[in-house]
Amino acid sequence: MAERTVSVASEVGLHARPAATFVQTAAKVPFDVTIAKAGGSPVSAKSILSVLALDVRQGESIVISAEGEGAEELLDELAQIASAS
Amino acid sequence: MDGQEKTGTTAGDDNGARPPAGTSLAGTVLAGTGVSPGAGYGPAHVLAGEIPEPDKEARHDGDAAAERARAERAVEEVAADLEARGARAGGEAQEVLGAQALMARDPSLAMEVGELIDRGVAAPRAVFDAFGKYRDLLAAAGGYLAERVADLDDIRDRVIAVLTGLPMPGVPASAAEPFVLIAKDLAPADTALLSKDVVAAFVTEQGGPTSHTAILARSMGVPAVVGCAGATAIAPGTSVLVDGASGQVLLAPDPARVAEARAAEEARRAVLSAATGPGATADGHPVPLLANIGGPRDLESALANGAEGVGLYRTEFLFLDRETAPSGSEQEKAYRAVFEAFPEGRVVVRTLDSGADKPLAFLPPPEEEPNPALGERGLRMFRRYPEIMTAQLGALARAAAGVSAKVQVMAPMVATVEEAEWFAEACRTAGLDGAGIMIEVPSAALRAADLIRAVDFFSIGTNDLTQYALAADRQVSAVAGLQDPWHPAVLDLIAMAASAASEAGKGCGVCGEAAADPVLACVLVGMGVTSLSMGAPALPWVRAALSRHTLEQCRAAAAAARSATSARAAKAAARAELPGLDALAL
Repeated sequence: MAERTVSVASEVGLHARPAATFVQTAAKVPFDVTIAKAGGSPVSAKSILSVLALDVRQGESIVISAEGEGAEELLDELAQIASAS
Repeated sequence: MDGQEKTGTTAGDDNGARPPAGTSLAGTVLAGTGVSPGAGYGPAHVLAGEIPEPDKEARHDGDAAAERARAERAVEEVAADLEARGARAGGEAQEVLGAQALMARDPSLAMEVGELIDRGVAAPRAVFDAFGKYRDLLAAAGGYLAERVADLDDIRDRVIAVLTGLPMPGVPASAAEPFVLIAKDLAPADTALLSKDVVAAFVTEQGGPTSHTAILARSMGVPAVVGCAGATAIAPGTSVLVDGASGQVLLAPDPARVAEARAAEEARRAVLSAATGPGATADGHPVPLLANIGGPRDLESALANGAEGVGLYRTEFLFLDRETAPSGSEQEKAYRAVFEAFPEGRVVVRTLDSGADKPLAFLPPPEEEPNPALGERGLRMFRRYPEIMTAQLGALARAAAGVSAKVQVMAPMVATVEEAEWFAEACRTAGLDGAGIMIEVPSAALRAADLIRAVDFFSIGTNDLTQYALAADRQVSAVAGLQDPWHPAVLDLIAMAASAASEAGKGCGVCGEAAADPVLACVLVGMGVTSLSMGAPALPWVRAALSRHTLEQCRAAAAAARSATSARAAKAAARAELPGLDALAL
């Protein structure tokens, strides 16, 4: 299981456009990808509604995990989206 | 945010008054919040009633696989339709509708619909219940997310309409005469294809200043009132007069009243378009009107709205999205792009304003701050990381060399003379001429006469100044009522800073939200503020308001406002001294 912890940098948090880009990217792979707030329970990173409902604000940390071929690359890509403004 | 969320389980039975038992009494006035100024008049088009809640007990005929396929087709039809509407509309609407299509195709949602159907629940009810879970989560989060509830409900209703054969909710894309569109709340799909030729005004029962309706109405230049209780009870076809500034919605107004409003609207537009050129009062006292920008991407709007320069260039956007500080040459390039857009103009750059509320990966705050607004932010952060400041000032000095713009630099969050002197010295060392400070901390306003000696100019940040003067955290909505720059205490602090600068023969601008309020802008000028900087769309309004009043009238308005004992009374007293506002319908 690969995992990354990233701080969300976008002013709007993981909402609106950053959330859409994040989910669309996660949806590209066939295996499960999850996202959780630090200490919270994970939800599917492919579900825009679940990601929005986490209500991740600017400066908050998220933990993203995946297992499968190409998981490391995908997590790098997701981490980059989350840490971009 | 608007405190009027539906409960989710009772959709369809909470609107007591619906046509035909509608309200159409001549002269009835409904009140809401005006979010897009102007007057709009036309027949009421009340958005088609909601899709009724599907029967709780409805079961399918036993073929779960077929029912699931039916639900999946309906969802896909709605998602594809949203995308197609987005493609036709383009721009921001396309992005919003694309996001809605993404919600419709949410795999977790599809899984829950499928599970309910497997348990025998009919597809429409399964869709209703599956959406209900997420709607409750978003509504509970409040703010931005609660306002997305309208988007989610719209998708749900569209899917249920497809499944049950009901007419699709929506708005006609053309009309013989522009109508006043009335709804509980508007979803992006309702509004994406609307134009000014079709809609005279928007009125919604729900929604706040950041709802889609408000944002869209402002971008279309159509008057809008949100949070207007009882609006959907208006009988369709009733003539409605909407004042998007005061928030008043007048039913079946008499023709004289309509003619008056139309004349005022025309005059307002004429005044707005007639006021061009550099900002000045009616008697020719110049007040440079500048734009607040976050980077080169905001330049187009600033120039289109006639900005004479930049009064606040927020540089933190260059720093926010990264692990390490931007290099000197990257900074230089971004700064020069802005300087070159205003040949001979004034460009005021605010140095990096970071802190616990706007954290940067490479400038970690030393400890957890229980109250970031009172913590190590702005200039205080620079003192901890002087190398970041040196790099930024160096990049600014290099970018300013060889351009004709008059470049000035200012520091945020300055509280003491010692800090002001330290910053001015750093600017001189970097080779920058104009060094100023923001007046945001009450101590700086109270001792402005001491601080002005250390620097070349002041720029008042009214948002933070108000937060600190009233001890009302900007992030805490429960104290939002105190966050009002019209409060006489805030006006006094502004006046102190402006008069200290004036006595020293130096400039004192305002670059907070207050400068974007055309009424308050006149008061600020009356208190001796020498330039106003704001978000670009407000520039024409402020230019028009100033051009219709003399400096003497502005001074009288300032004196009247400062004599009042509350924010509300201050505003009323100022308005009474500013007769030219009537023509702007403000």
